[in-house]
Amino acid sequence: MTEVKAVEIKAKLIPIYIMGKKYEVPETLTIMKAIEYAGYRYIRGCGCRGGVCGACSTVYRKPGSYKIMSGLACQTVVEPDMYLTQIPFYPAIRSTYNFEELTGKPEEVFDLYQELFRCVACNACSKVCPMDVEVMDYISALKRGDIKAAAEISFDCIQCGLCASRCMGELPQYHIAQLARRINGRYLTPQAEHLKTMVANIESGRYQESLTGLKVMDINMLKETYTARELEPATGGEDWTPKENIGL
Amino acid sequence: MKISYYPGCTLKTKAKNLESSALACLDALGVEYEELPRWNCCGAVYSLSDDDLIHLIAPVRDLIRVQEQGFDTVLTLCSMCYNTLARANELMKNDEVKRGTINDFMDEEPDYKGEIKVVHFLDFIRDEIGWDKLKASVKNSLNGMKLAPYYGCTLLRPGDVSIDKSNSPVVFEECMEALGAEIVKFPKAIECCGSYQVLGNPEAALKVSNDIITDATAHGAEAMALTCPLCDYNLGHRQEEMLKKYKGTKALPMFYFTQLMAVALGVDPENYNLDLNQNISQEFLKGKNLLEKVTT
Repeated sequence: MTEVKAVEIKAKLIPIYIMGKKYEVPETLTIMKAIEYAGYRYIRGCGCRGGVCGACSTVYRKPGSYKIMSGLACQTVVEPDMYLTQIPFYPAIRSTYNFEELTGKPEEVFDLYQELFRCVACNACSKVCPMDVEVMDYISALKRGDIKAAAEISFDCIQCGLCASRCMGELPQYHIAQLARRINGRYLTPQAEHLKTMVANIESGRYQESLTGLKVMDINMLKETYTARELEPATGGEDWTPKENIGL
Repeated sequence: MKISYYPGCTLKTKAKNLESSALACLDALGVEYEELPRWNCCGAVYSLSDDDLIHLIAPVRDLIRVQEQGFDTVLTLCSMCYNTLARANELMKNDEVKRGTINDFMDEEPDYKGEIKVVHFLDFIRDEIGWDKLKASVKNSLNGMKLAPYYGCTLLRPGDVSIDKSNSPVVFEECMEALGAEIVKFPKAIECCGSYQVLGNPEAALKVSNDIITDATAHGAEAMALTCPLCDYNLGHRQEEMLKKYKGTKALPMFYFTQLMAVALGVDPENYNLDLNQNISQEFLKGKNLLEKVTT
């Protein structure tokens, strides 16, 4: 047997400033890993580590520039001399409502979020968004009652709250956008008729017997049933349909 | 000819009747328009504080969007939007220091120096279409309608953005006259309807609105033409309240001037959206036999 020797690769250490204190961290790390490398331990303010949950929003500045930059700590790689802090939570107002009682009218959004009309179109929200959402554009759309446009423009929002943190009008943009997307999904988007049929089928108990049967089935029988299931053949063609279309 | 069109928020909600009728008129007159693909609320009111530059960001941003869209003129319908955009534009054209501050603040946008021309529907029709062509396009004349065109404030004041002579304007009267209406001139046609005082002091606003309506009816008006959604709120939507309070006042049907133009040009009545006016407006047009579809 040949002995495999572990090769030690040392990344270059660079200085970063976490909440004003200087640390030397490997230049290959993300901000989140660098913070942990520096000795901090996350008990909150860290979620999926995959760039979708919005828990680790970070603001930073690079030397020689007044620009406040933003990013997700789990996705952004450290740069020399970056000054940073995390804003894992923002205490923006979130209105409560009984969704069943809404009808999808713009006036309902106006009533629930009257701050909407404090927007002066300064665009600080769009500039800080780590997902490059045109936040100010969806706020503008909502002010003119276009809930659908707001839902579509805000689609990539991960609810990190950085927009609200920069807003001089103290708008909770991300919460308003969530309401817009809910209303869009419920009232403004065409309903899928086949989904309703399927739900009705399930509620009628149509699949109950076969499901119960599967639950009590002997393991070998289960394997056999699985193998014998009807599959779409590779040469099935566009018109192929299963023998029993249990869905509809 | 193709023109950039800035609608404004109210025209997408409470004043859909102003937008739908105006756009139908543009179609009927052969004017091509393209709504700005990106726009924000203009702010609706031009801030009178000399150093309040933050409220200029919104209208200036809209003017930059017009440039991005590739046009040099923008058409407005709402007279509040017209006023706000036009005044912001004047400031960007003439005040070098403030222009610099505003451009510095909007560092994500190209610099703007007031290159765009802001026009309102009325002066656009006057200057680009002309009364003769408008007259020739009439299919359903407003002949016999005693109409009082009411300007309100924001198309005429301040003087540097006025679409006509501030104190003796004629553009509105000429426009409605071209459509066949019999013009009722009345002194309060250029006075304020009460505007946003309706929020802080609704009674005072109701009083000045009542003065305008009684002045128009005293001069023989049987209907009034408006250009502004806020005027429509004060003079139209609050009229029931007004009639209860001021016993001598007579009900007066209100229309956006574009609705009457749409009627006169014979466009499809579904574009009038009269359901957003007071009930008497629709009845008034019916009484004048102006609601039948014109087939020519």
